[in-house]
Amino acid sequence: MIKLLEGPQTLGRGPVFWSCFLAVLAGALIYPLFADSYDVGNFSYFLIWIFMALGLCLMWGYGGMLSFGQTLFFGIAGYAYGVLAINMGGGTTTIAALLLSVVIAMIAAGILGYFMIWGGINGIFFGIVTLSATLVLAFFLGQTAGPEWHIGDARLNGFNGMKGMDPLAIGSVYIEGSALYYVMVALIVIVYLALRMLVNSGIGNVIVATRENPQRAEMLGYDVRKYQLLTFVLGSGLAGLSGALYTSWGQFITPSSIGLPAAAMPIVWVAFSGRSDLTATLVGSFLLLFGFQTITVYSQQAALVLMGALLLATVMAAPQGFVLGIGKFVADRLTGRGKRGEADLSAASTLKTDEA
Amino acid sequence: MSLVEVKGVSKRFGGLRAVSEVDLSVKAGEVHCLIGPNGAGKSTLFKLIVGLFPPTSGSILFDSVDITAERPFARVQRGMSIKMQAPSVFKELPVLQNIQIALQERTSGAERAREQERLLELLGLAQDRTKMAGALSHGQQQWLEIGMALALQPQLLLLDEPTAGMSPEETFKTGELIKSFNAEGMTVLVVEHDMAFVRQIAQRVTVLHLGKIFARGSLDEILQDEQVAEIYLGKTHAH
Repeated sequence: MIKLLEGPQTLGRGPVFWSCFLAVLAGALIYPLFADSYDVGNFSYFLIWIFMALGLCLMWGYGGMLSFGQTLFFGIAGYAYGVLAINMGGGTTTIAALLLSVVIAMIAAGILGYFMIWGGINGIFFGIVTLSATLVLAFFLGQTAGPEWHIGDARLNGFNGMKGMDPLAIGSVYIEGSALYYVMVALIVIVYLALRMLVNSGIGNVIVATRENPQRAEMLGYDVRKYQLLTFVLGSGLAGLSGALYTSWGQFITPSSIGLPAAAMPIVWVAFSGRSDLTATLVGSFLLLFGFQTITVYSQQAALVLMGALLLATVMAAPQGFVLGIGKFVADRLTGRGKRGEADLSAASTLKTDEA
Repeated sequence: MSLVEVKGVSKRFGGLRAVSEVDLSVKAGEVHCLIGPNGAGKSTLFKLIVGLFPPTSGSILFDSVDITAERPFARVQRGMSIKMQAPSVFKELPVLQNIQIALQERTSGAERAREQERLLELLGLAQDRTKMAGALSHGQQQWLEIGMALALQPQLLLLDEPTAGMSPEETFKTGELIKSFNAEGMTVLVVEHDMAFVRQIAQRVTVLHLGKIFARGSLDEILQDEQVAEIYLGKTHAH
């Protein structure tokens, strides 16, 4: 199992990479000892979104399915957490609410994914259908301002959003501040390592094979629909985890966290970072979120314009992603592969000259 | 005993009848070649057999089981394997990973490692294992795809123009390889244009013309058929 942490589908291997990983992890663990509680809370907020980015990376980068539906499942789980936490009461039941809300998001993804994948929807149409479903949910929730829109004691509240749910807690102790931060770090480490193992496993092989050539993958005896559905449910479930954690962190959720601008954000993070690698997505998304939040303090419009500009720059200059490109460059320099690549190219050009 | 039976199969694409009322029987353990001029419906018939197209009418049996309604992956799991006309490998993945993906359902651990080495050596791709499959030459991609098809150890191997883009030496080697698989009991159905290659491997030949079966028999019988010579081979080939 441990061997699967490294493999052809993930950048980063060997003692140097894992030493860096441990150093970053150690830095993350001691960070609350030196930072003030406001900054620690902000970092927790950035980390919330990483799950959604990793989920999209799995679906889009590894599975070849560009889903615009990350905020759909973020919203489903976020609202589900609110409804469950309000109706089940606070305390330890919030943990159950968190887990159940992720399961609800995965079930919703399973239903939508089944109809899309078994219906043969792929390519750009996959993005169109998931975006449509996302906008339907955002508009639907926006018109639920009246008192008749409630589930048990939980009012949906239209554009003002749902509020009043308890944050995560164990007994009477709320998981907030540094404790929440450590929970986030632990969850990210678990999800990141689990995803590395998944994509480097036999299942991961079939997932990337399906991205490359679904017909050939099927002609090797794989029911590619099942692998696509698995990828979609896992990726959407991670968006759901982000949603449930977001609601518990801020104790509110509004339809604006589902709508079009929000739905575009994960695409920008993952495209800029490098959709075909988990580590690039993890690092790049964190940097973008940090930058976005820093600029938002001064001007939210400027931050959105910057995100748009970054997406354009990625498409024009580095379609595989900036962070991944930098990572590969560094890895090639460290391993000397760059020189070998140049040698290969030189040999290839000599061969062509000879043939000519 | 027939391993594959195609019974009255037709395929329409709008107004075009690509395959019309075709009956074809492929016996277990034979090398059967499907020949015919361009547009005869050979590749369409292949795709009907592996399930990439549903037939407009008719039925297909594999090992006496009606598989007409089955999806391609289910047919592959029954024991079919195909090499497509155009190289169809995972171009952005390394050669070794292409082979591993084909092998992983059937083998594991040390057995998989042994099998992948055997295949890489057999295909002459051992030195290129870390190269992206898309960086291989056309002929090497053909070989890789044949290797992936073989990795499944199928009962029936379908090869659609396996030697396209290969040199005469590679073509001859491919023919010998097919004969060696056949000697081990594998049934092989081949679509091919190269008559020298067909002569090298074929035990039985079926000629398709305008989507219909035009003739069938041994290659010598086919070559002596004046009508076949006229519509396809050219009279000079027949003598």
